[in-house]
Amino acid sequence: MELILEGVDASHPSARAGTAPALRGLALRIAAGEQTAVIGPSGAGKTTLLHCAAAALKPQQGRALLAGTDPWRVGPAALRELRGRLFLAPQVPPLPPRQRVVTSVLAGRLAAMSLWASLRSLVYPVDIAAAHAALARFDIADKLFERVDRLSGGERQRVGLARALLSPATLWLIDEPLSALDPTRAQQAIDTLCGVARERGHTLVTTLHDVSMALANFARIVGLRDGAMAFDLPARQVTPALLAQLYAQHEHELHAGAAPGDDTDAAAPGRPAVVYCR
Amino acid sequence: MPAMSSDALLQRPGTPSRDPAWQRRMGWMLAALVLLWPLLTATEFKPWVLFDARNRGPTWRFVSGFLPPAVGVDFLSMVVRETWRTVAMATAGIALALLIAVPLTLASTRVLSISALAGRMDAWPFAVRQVLRALMILLRSIPELVWALIFVRVVGLGPSAGVLAIALTYGGMLGKVYSEILESGGDGAAQNLLRNGSGRLQAFFYGLLPGNALELTSYTVYRWECAIRSSVVLGFVGAGGLGQELDSSMKMFAGGEVATMLAVFVLLVAAADAFSNALRRMLD
Repeated sequence: MELILEGVDASHPSARAGTAPALRGLALRIAAGEQTAVIGPSGAGKTTLLHCAAAALKPQQGRALLAGTDPWRVGPAALRELRGRLFLAPQVPPLPPRQRVVTSVLAGRLAAMSLWASLRSLVYPVDIAAAHAALARFDIADKLFERVDRLSGGERQRVGLARALLSPATLWLIDEPLSALDPTRAQQAIDTLCGVARERGHTLVTTLHDVSMALANFARIVGLRDGAMAFDLPARQVTPALLAQLYAQHEHELHAGAAPGDDTDAAAPGRPAVVYCR
Repeated sequence: MPAMSSDALLQRPGTPSRDPAWQRRMGWMLAALVLLWPLLTATEFKPWVLFDARNRGPTWRFVSGFLPPAVGVDFLSMVVRETWRTVAMATAGIALALLIAVPLTLASTRVLSISALAGRMDAWPFAVRQVLRALMILLRSIPELVWALIFVRVVGLGPSAGVLAIALTYGGMLGKVYSEILESGGDGAAQNLLRNGSGRLQAFFYGLLPGNALELTSYTVYRWECAIRSSVVLGFVGAGGLGQELDSSMKMFAGGEVATMLAVFVLLVAAADAFSNALRRMLD
């Protein structure tokens, strides 16, 4: 699916009035089948960019076009259909506790399933083989019938990514897919995501904290800083000087590839994705 | 006093002599007592009349009349029959209440709003949710006793008036608490499913229910227990069941019968408790 952002200004819905928007005048065109990594220091607007592209956030200015359609100008049924054709994966995997991994993975397919089929799948999983195959791509197939809240943070992140493989989407928008993974798992995860997206001709946009990972695996790099585009270049043309400029005053994040960045808190192993206390 | 003076010797200069918050705390405590007093006089709260010499005799006679509990075969078989009817009334009432509460919850909970996915909820869905909330307030603000008095006139004396009364009041209560339970948990899972194109019911079953099933279950069982108790009161106005028998035994000063029936209620509540625990263990 082709993705076009035209002069997009956007703020988080809970942002106070008067604060600068998280995205300012952003223009971006990503062709169908292209693979792009979005990098930049914390607070640069990377997640807001993904949310605008996923029709999860309405731009205050400008427009986001998904396969040529402005999601905010179509009816609710068309909007839902459009949302079914994209896959937005938040950084903290949105997996409910007490759900089994097989159910969580199959939930990626809900947009393509009728209500009846999805209810039947709760009684007996509809496609155990597909869920198993998707998990196997992330080397976590042995957890198929485990409960999500018994997994570590890294395992949960991989289950969240395996969901993408089941989804009917042709546009994958993936926020920090590697934040809780060790280097080996991270490479495997990114190989799987890029490989499957290439096989199927899906468009892939991910945000990454790990700059070296982005440069090594993606042909196109978008640098964001303070909500605006700093550069949009083929990976070969991203020079150390450009990176130094992008991460000025945030140098520790540029070298965070080896050491965890400031996102460890959100996805530390063993920490439950959601805390319930009632 | 020598002890005091040795303490005084140990005291170093600059040590605070007393807790600065002390005066304020005392002040609030006194204010609370002063405010409480009119409440107690308004409710004619005079516990000492319980121990008044003139009241002691009748109280003692009434309480001692409870012993021994009645255990006649005819009476016990009646108790079993009416207990069954009471349990049936509470269960049918809760089942009907669920028919009211579940659709109201699904339609009114904020977590399953599609328009709220992109920030603020749209005006129209917001208005619909407010109307549904108002409906639930109306249902539960009218006590089941009043509903029962109305239905006794409509459908006549008997358990069906009680069932309808429980259904309406408890439908409102369950709906309110269900939506609060759903809204208090993390909504990330359901929200993400909706953002990826799933339907509202799909998002409920795959995103909300797994994390909230325990609480929803234990609250429902607790409400079933409340419905058992409430059926006693409804029996007093002719809605049948054990409550009605309890009422007539009280009126005939048959203390032994009252004691037996109260024991049955204790057993029912204990059973509900055990059932709830077993369900929670099974789901967890």
